[in-house]
Parts: sequence; C-alpha cells; structure tokens
Amino acid sequence: MHRRSPDGRRPPDPDKGPDAVGLPDSCPRPQREWPVSTRSVRSIRRTRPALRVAGAGAALLLALSACSSSGSDSGSGSGEAGSSGSSSGKLSGTVTVFAAASLKESFTELGKEFEERHPGTEVAFNFGGSDSLAASITSGAPADVFAAASGRTMEIVTKADGTAGTPAVFARNQLEIATAPGNPDRISTLKDLTRSGLKVVLCDESVPCGAAARKALAAAGLDLTPVSYEQDVKSALTKVELDEADAALVYKTDVRAAGDKVEGVDFPESAEALNDYPIALLKDAPNAGAAKAFVDLVSSAEGQKVLTDAGFRKP
Amino acid sequence: MTKPATTTPGGVGGGPRRTRLRRGTRAVPVPLLLPALAGLAFLLLPLVSLLVRAPWRDLPEQLASAEVWQALRLSLVCATSATLLSLLVGVPLAWLLARTEFPGRGLVRALVTLPLVLPPVVGGVALLLAFGRNGVVGQWLDSWFGITLPFTTTGVVLAETFVAMPFLVISVEGTLRAADPRYEEAATTLGASRFTAFRRVTLPLIAPGVAAGAVLAWARALGEFGATITFAGNFPGRTQTMPLAVYLALQYDPAAAIALSLVLLAVSIAVLAGLRDRWMTAS
Amino acid sequence: MTDLDDTAPARAIPRAPAEGLDARLVVDRGGFRLDVELTAAPGEVVALLGPNGAGKTTALRALAGLVPLTDGRLLLDGVSLDRTPPESRPVGVVFQDYLLFPHLTALDNVAFGPRCRGATKAEARAQAAEWLDRMGLAEHAGAKPRNLSGGQAQRVALARALATRPRLLLLDEPMAALDARTRLEVRAGLRRHLAGFEAVAVLVTHDPLDAMVLADRLVVVEHGRVVQEGTPADIARRPRTDYIAQLVGLNLYRGRADGHTVRLDAGPAITTSEELSGPAFVAFPPSAVALFRDRPTGAGARNLWRCEVAGLETYGDRVRAGLTGELPLAADLTTVAAAELGLHPGAPVWAMVKATQTHAYPA
Repeated sequence: MHRRSPDGRRPPDPDKGPDAVGLPDSCPRPQREWPVSTRSVRSIRRTRPALRVAGAGAALLLALSACSSSGSDSGSGSGEAGSSGSSSGKLSGTVTVFAAASLKESFTELGKEFEERHPGTEVAFNFGGSDSLAASITSGAPADVFAAASGRTMEIVTKADGTAGTPAVFARNQLEIATAPGNPDRISTLKDLTRSGLKVVLCDESVPCGAAARKALAAAGLDLTPVSYEQDVKSALTKVELDEADAALVYKTDVRAAGDKVEGVDFPESAEALNDYPIALLKDAPNAGAAKAFVDLVSSAEGQKVLTDAGFRKP
Repeated sequence: MTKPATTTPGGVGGGPRRTRLRRGTRAVPVPLLLPALAGLAFLLLPLVSLLVRAPWRDLPEQLASAEVWQALRLSLVCATSATLLSLLVGVPLAWLLARTEFPGRGLVRALVTLPLVLPPVVGGVALLLAFGRNGVVGQWLDSWFGITLPFTTTGVVLAETFVAMPFLVISVEGTLRAADPRYEEAATTLGASRFTAFRRVTLPLIAPGVAAGAVLAWARALGEFGATITFAGNFPGRTQTMPLAVYLALQYDPAAAIALSLVLLAVSIAVLAGLRDRWMTAS
Repeated sequence: MTDLDDTAPARAIPRAPAEGLDARLVVDRGGFRLDVELTAAPGEVVALLGPNGAGKTTALRALAGLVPLTDGRLLLDGVSLDRTPPESRPVGVVFQDYLLFPHLTALDNVAFGPRCRGATKAEARAQAAEWLDRMGLAEHAGAKPRNLSGGQAQRVALARALATRPRLLLLDEPMAALDARTRLEVRAGLRRHLAGFEAVAVLVTHDPLDAMVLADRLVVVEHGRVVQEGTPADIARRPRTDYIAQLVGLNLYRGRADGHTVRLDAGPAITTSEELSGPAFVAFPPSAVALFRDRPTGAGARNLWRCEVAGLETYGDRVRAGLTGELPLAADLTTVAAAELGLHPGAPVWAMVKATQTHAYPA
C-alpha cells in the first residue's frame, strides 16, 4: 500500500484513547463537517482490527458495519455533489485506490492533486498487477476504486458483482518497442524483433501487456520467440534497462516513465492492440463519496492531461 | 526404547499400560503442548485448505497439459543440479569454516549466510549484475567464451544454487563442528593426507548432516521463485520452473495454480519422505 | 664395577643413537611448558607416567606430529622427524578411546593405514586380515566398531596402528576405556603384543600398575618435567616424589642420613637398616606399620610415633588408616585388627615400624 498524508508526515496519535475515538465521527457521512478528519480516520483504521480481535462486543461491530454501509449508501449522493464541484470541502477520509502498476506515475500525481483540492482527504494507492489486484478485491480487500489495465481483469470484479455501476474506460495504452538508449540494434519495425540473435523479452500472456503483444504480433503475422515471458511489464523493461535483453514490447507509458534509460520505437501494429484502462467505483467501498470524486477527477480534462502526458491515449 | 514394566513394583499385570500412560502425560507439559499444537495447526492448515479447495474434478484435465510436466521436469532437474553444485562447493566451504583458522572467518561466515536474509528478487538482480550480459563477470564470460547465463536453464540452476547453498553450508558446518576432529588426526597418523582424511573419514562421518543439508537445499531450490524469475526469466521448458508456472497461472486461472501446487507438493512429500527413510534416520 | 662399565659407554655417546628414539620435546602452550627428554632403544617399552595435566599426552602428540615442537629435537633411528608432517612419520598411535572409524569394519579400519601408504585395496585387506588373525580377532573382521567389546576394540586399534609397521608405537592410556574386570585380561594381552614389538613403544598412563606391567622403563612426568626415570622395580622401591610414593603405595620421607638414622627435614628421625650419609629418602610400605592402642612396652623406642587417625578406607579385607601426628603416614591392617583397636577418626594410636622394613636411599 502506498499511503500518503496531505502534509507528508504522520499526524501524532490522537489524545483520546482508542475506545474514546468517537465512532460516529469517523463514519463517512458526507453531510457532516469533520474538524479532525485525518486523525479520526487514522485512529479508526488502526483500532478496528484490534477491536475485532479483542472481541469487544457485538454492539461495537454492529456500529462499525452500520457506519460503513451508511457511508456507501449515501456515496452516490456525495459523488454527484462532487462532480458539480460545489461541495468539495465536504469530502474527507482515505480513498483507497487499487490501480494497475502502469498507472503509478500518473495516479500518484492525480492523488496529490486530489488531496490538495480536498483538504482532509488522503489517497492511499495499491499499485500492482491488475490480476492480483482483482483477486484481492474479490477476496474482500477494503478498496474504494479499482483502475485496471485491461477489460478482462475488470471483468473479474464485475462478474463477482464487486463494482458499483458500469466501469468506464478512462485511458488506453499502446505498446512500444523498448530498446537500449540510442537503439544500437537499429530496430525500426516489429519485424526487426524476429531477427536471429536478437534477445527480446515479452510479458507473459497471462498479464495484459503480454496479451496485447500477442495481439499485435498476430496482427503483423509475425512469429516471435522471446528469451523470456516476464511476469509483468516492469520486469520486461528492467531486462532492457540492464541490457540483458536487446528489446522488449512494453507500454508507451513505461518507456516514458523510464526516462532516458531506454528508447521507445513506435510501430503501426500497436494500434491493433490498444489496451483499455477501465476504472470503477467498488460496491463495498468504505469511502464511496470521496472515491466517486477521485474517479471523476481521473475522467476530467485535468486528469486526462496528466494521463496523456504520461503517454496514455484518450479513450 | 525403555521397557516400562520393570520399574513398577507390585502391579506387574497392569504395569506396562499404566506406566506408559503416566509417562505420556508426564512427558509433555501443557505450556509446551498447546503452542506446539498451535504451531502444527498453523503450518498444516494452509496445506489442508489447498487440498480442500482443490478443483479435484478438473484436476485430470489440468494435469493433462504438457506444460505442467515440462515445468515439473525442469524443476526437478534444476533443483537437483543446484543441490549437486551446492554439495560440490558448499561442503568444502563448510569444512573451511569449521576446521581452519583464518582472519575474517566470522565475516566470511556472515557473508555466506547473507542469501538467507536477502530477498530472493534482490538476489536475482545481484546475479544479473554479476553474471548478466553486462555483469561484472558476465561480460567476460560473454566476450571470451560466448557464454550468457540469463534466460538459460544454467541460469536457473545458478539462481537456485545461490539461494539454496547457504542452507547446506550452515547444516554441514554445524555437523562438522559437532564431529570429533580427532578422527581426522587418527587418520593422519595412519598416513592419510588431510584431504584423504576428509574424504575417507570425515565425509562418511558427517554424511547424515550432509544429507540433511542437501535435502534442505534441494527443497529450497525446488521452491525458488524470486531469484529465478529475475535472473533466468520465464520461458516454458527452458526456465519456467513449477513456482513460476504457479505464479503466472495464479494471474488468470487460480484453479490451475492450485493444481500445479498440488503436483509440486506431492512430489516434494514423496521425495522428502523417501530420503528421510533412507538418510535422515541413519543419524 | 662391571655395571658401570656397561652403562658408561652408552652415556658417552652424545646423542642420536643409530637406532631407536632420541627426543627432547619442548612444547610451549599458553602458561604450560613441556620439556621432556626421552630416549628408547628398539624393542624397549617406555611408559610416561604422571598425574593428569602433567603433559604426558602433549608429549605423545608431539611425537606423533599432531602438536608442533617449540624447541628440542626428535630423532627416530637417526632421522630427524621434526619437520615431517604426521602422515609421513613412521609412527603408529593407539588413541585413548581408540578412535576406530565407526563407519568402517574392523578389517577396513586396520586396512586404512596400509591403503594410505600405497597398498592396493586387496593387499591392504590381506595384511589387515593377517593382523586381526594375530590379535585373535579373525572372526570379528566384518564387525563395525560399535559391535566390538572394549578389549576387542583395543586390539583392533593396536592392529590398526601396527599395520603401518611403525618404528615408533604410541599408546595413549590404552586401558583407560576399559572396565576393571576386562583390564586384567587385556593388560596381559597387550603385554604379550608389546613384548613382541621390535621397535620403540611409548606408553602414556596415569595408572602405575599398567606402567609397571607393560613397560620396561618408566619416565615419571610432573608439571611438564621428568621427575624420575628407571625400571619399574627401581621406581617402586625408591620413589622420589610424593606422587610416585602414593602411586606405588609407599610412605616416603626426605631427610638427612647419618649412619642408620635419617633425620627428616620436618619431624622425627627414622632408624633404617641401610647406612648412609647426606640427603636421603626413606620409604616403607603401609603394611610394615604396626598400630597399638597403648604404648607398646618392651620394644625399643626406635621408630615409634604417637599419631591420631585422620581417616579410614577399606580395600577388600584390609583397612588403610591415614594417620597424622608426629609422623604423617599410611598404615594397612586387617579389618579384624581395625575393629579390635577400635579405630575411628580422631582415635589416638601408636605406630611402629621395624628398621628392617624401611628402605633408605640417597636423594
């Protein structure tokens, strides 16, 4: 989990003891003002498992569950308010976003932006492979938003009835050939990758970038045997960065994020294998109001600018 | 085993059973028994759950795939090769640490055990930096002999050896320290050089320890994931061992992953149980 | 004078006799320093006798090359072994607990040496079988050491050491691992084998009986030094330190002799049968001491001391009384006599020794 507080440091422990933490205070009821929202969120997050372990009475548990369900029930209302841009000050608490690893740079920036716009909120990210994230969500991980790197992985969650509403595609990613800086092997087309003696790494087909690579290669009618099917796009890129591989098929965003450590080569067949990035509010979101606002930020013009700067294409 | 009845005066008839019962309750104090059972349950529960939730109906179909057996074969070959490589260099290293004095020996021992605490992925990166195409040693291997190790089966063996050898070294060193060095002296007075004494006397004496260490190393190598996928990559039949196959299957088909895990589990249990009967009880 | 004529030339040869052992073993180890002169002719069995920690085993290990010499020399049959590594020395060792290789059969244990010295496997085994046969162990050739009795294991160890045909055989406490009952029998066997051994044998023991039965000559070591050297009979008769006197079970006193009287450095005078002058030892066995409850009348006042019982110990049907008083001494008497005298710690007694039962010799 990547957690960041608005001011970048951890607030001190609340003076009141854990049992004195006003449970109603921490319930994300959007119509209320929160004087010490980050504090109460932190303390409730910390005390919750402890209370459960201690078995501190069914009433308390009921209060907690009532609290979270009331939060999600009224979530849509708050979201509408957020999209109208009029009640941004009323949001608070932590928004937990599970996002595909390729979104790390752009979403981190958007998270910062979101916290500035809504003081008292905090965006916690969990970046990882879309499949593992989907698996965590369906096994009950407490998340508000899921941004996947493929429609298929989002489907895992929608099929499990885990999303609130229909997922929306907010970005598309395109493959690019990553080579060592200066492109020493003079790779200019996808076909060049099939040259003998060239060490190419692809993502494993079980992960989105691997599926996309297969689609692109099929579109080009090429048969490419890589030296390795890497477990995710970052390790594929790392192999090129370390010069263990001569080239890799990775996302354009990853090439851009790697800076001058690799060089990107565009190829036309990549258009055949665009990767859709759907985002969805989750059904069991503990902080649905703020979550909706975050989803809206991603789809807004500002959000799109951050994403295109990172190398994504608009949907 | 002691004969229970001999010490009970009087009740000869009911003696044995009573004694055994009393001994049973006396031997295991509750403050030890309860945590022990909790520990056992903690270790076994996940494995049992794996069995409970296994897709038994789809299992034959899952296991029919050639890739499973390819990965299993590769796993066994690589783990065994890594164990042999560990034995070849690890036993002499253990001997050096246990039987000789040299400056900085403590430091060397600490360094030897470093891969135990190093995250395997970091180990894989370190291996790339050492033996990769551009690595400290790897660039010379490449330019002089045309040998590249990443993305090869040899690379898998190296990665597994790197992670597994410390287990062997530690186990053998411990056994060597416990073994009586005077047997080596006795061999020496009979005309054996230090090496002959090691080969013909010490090595047979510490064989149970070496076997235990080898089994540990083998088991560790068989389950190796992080260093392998980082250093050797993932290519079916060449570098895709069972743990890699399991991990990638988990991405899209958890049932397949469980099936693969079951195979790995079954093979490990069979091998370890077989070795235990043959070797471990010899000590 | 013939005695002197025999020994004088031998002493005149400076060092390095053509055959046998000639060594001065100096080993510095922390606070302990061993400095022992040791010579032996081929066929001779020398026992290094001394209390625990005296340095006997260190001396043995130095001879075997397992401990380097700090100083001194080590010549065997005229050849210096000082720089020779242990595996190249013509030395065989029987270790204290034998150290038979547990993973090898008796036969392979014995064959180990010949094999290391270049024999083929078949040759080595044939030689080993011959040695085991000679030790009466032919039927145990295939046994693992853990299935051998203590006495058998010792004979296997001896066979193993002899199979390399050493010019120097070292035995470290060869009886220590045996229980009292088997010791007697094993000792006799070992004596036979050592008697038949043609080269030098050095035996380390803290048991005077082992030393006296097995060795031709004793070298007594205390605190890293040789304190006395001689034949077993000589040492038993004329101990020169309390340790040896105790070992051989003698009361020993040191004093100044003047005629038939030895005036002790501290204490009374003892009348002796020998006539001496100058520093001298007086020794007599505990059995020579007669005890009386009342001062015996009629007997001359010579060698009669007033004592007190300090402690009592039984040995079979005999009682040894430790006495303090005018002259501290040990006295042996029968249990019956002890009961009649009503001996108990603290009881006053008179102790008497006849001059003819004492033995005085120059110190």
